Amino acid sequence: MTVLSLTNLSKRFGSNHVLDGLELHIKKSEFVSILGPSGSGKSTLFHMIGGLLTPDEGTIALNEEKINGITGKISYMPQSPSLLPWRSILDNTLLGQELQGKTDESRAKEMLKVAGLGEYLNAYPHELSGGMKQRAAFIRALLSPQELMLLDEPFSALDELTRSDMQQWLLQIWEKHKPTILFVTHNIEEAILLSDRIVILSHRPAKIKEEVIVPFSRPRNEQLPLSEEFIHFRQKLHKLLQEENKQS
Amino acid sequence: MNTALKKGWRPILVLLLLFLLWEGIVRFIEAPSWLVPAPSLIFQEAYNGWSQFAPHLLSTTSLSLYGFAIGAAVGLAAAFCLHMLPFVRESVYPLLILSQNVPVIVLAPLLVIWFGFGILPKVIVITLVCFFPITVAALDGFKQTPADLKHYMKMAGATKQQLFWKLELPAALPGIFSGIKISATYSVMGAVISEWVGARMGVGVYMTLASSSFRSDRVFVAIFAIMILSLLFFLLIKLLEKLMVRWKWKEDKAK
Repeated sequence: MTVLSLTNLSKRFGSNHVLDGLELHIKKSEFVSILGPSGSGKSTLFHMIGGLLTPDEGTIALNEEKINGITGKISYMPQSPSLLPWRSILDNTLLGQELQGKTDESRAKEMLKVAGLGEYLNAYPHELSGGMKQRAAFIRALLSPQELMLLDEPFSALDELTRSDMQQWLLQIWEKHKPTILFVTHNIEEAILLSDRIVILSHRPAKIKEEVIVPFSRPRNEQLPLSEEFIHFRQKLHKLLQEENKQS
Repeated sequence: MNTALKKGWRPILVLLLLFLLWEGIVRFIEAPSWLVPAPSLIFQEAYNGWSQFAPHLLSTTSLSLYGFAIGAAVGLAAAFCLHMLPFVRESVYPLLILSQNVPVIVLAPLLVIWFGFGILPKVIVITLVCFFPITVAALDGFKQTPADLKHYMKMAGATKQQLFWKLELPAALPGIFSGIKISATYSVMGAVISEWVGARMGVGVYMTLASSSFRSDRVFVAIFAIMILSLLFFLLIKLLEKLMVRWKWKEDKAK
């Protein structure tokens, strides 16, 4: 079953042609990553799916309902944790639900405990480390009632070790809850490790240059990036991306 | 509270030294008390004349509180309207600044002519003095809401109302409190000025009577009373701030 359908999506800002006839379909419980050269319109695409921008042409459909320019249809995790500093961690994770209506405190507590944040339910965000804050931000998105999660380079501000911890954590939690995720990153390894399918965007105006299915079975672990197949696959993607970067 | 005591002794010591210096100079040059009363004389007068002065002080205190509450409410309401309606903000904001350029001392008698000697013209004067710092601080606070938080809220589907109540208002709270602190001290000044122009009771009245009969010691008693009252208001708001913006206070402490 298709959750998100982007059909023939185009966007211009004046003479700047950002997206050109982009097509993308995401099935339920699929983890799709978008890789693209910087400035390839990834954030424009996210803003359109989030409803902050409307496409010039084409449709965005969520479960076959057209959502062009409608906000509140997706849950979102940004690059910075964006936790509200005056709310406790528990209240922060409830925010996504709160904006849509009902809150479920016991479920939030449960998930925070599983994520190792059980002792921090009543702590303020500034008392947490970068990785912990991102975990709370992810739980906030996961608890939101919307079916599709948009993750916008969520780990790019973290140091290498925390980042790889977070990737493992995300893999585990994804196995358990199987949310539908659209993930933006510019880290190839991260994209392969996490996703079912990787979409490579072309240089501006962006369209889909290539879609590849990640050939590694789940559950995956931290050993996978060390295998020969993984390295080959990574090189293949690297080449594809490089071709695009050269044009910019 | 302990830290307040630890740090508080320094300004108190300076104040004491100033009083001693003042006392010394007045005695040394043998200044007449109607010209410059010595601090000892002022304190004496404050003590002896307390029963006479207290009702005036009480009247001014309640007038200040009353005016301040209305001024703060008007200030917050104005900020809310201007923030929610950008078109109104653009057309009215310059006028707000102009409203602060009208000298209160000139305006007060006019208000008495229009509204009589009751409480209304006094409250209007205090409101005029009080609302502006709060409106400006709140508007700035709303505007300076961190962009990443705002972006998250919008992407997560917050409505304009939710954006305001859940993000912009709490984010602006520290700034709003700075404005309220300024307004709280202004309110006492506004009350005294409004009493000068026409009232039966109040520190302003007491002051006018004292200065017209060359009782400089009483004028100083009134001045000190105004200062202490302003300071008390300030501390009260500060306490309230600590309770309401606890997260900020904790965050700053952690740094």
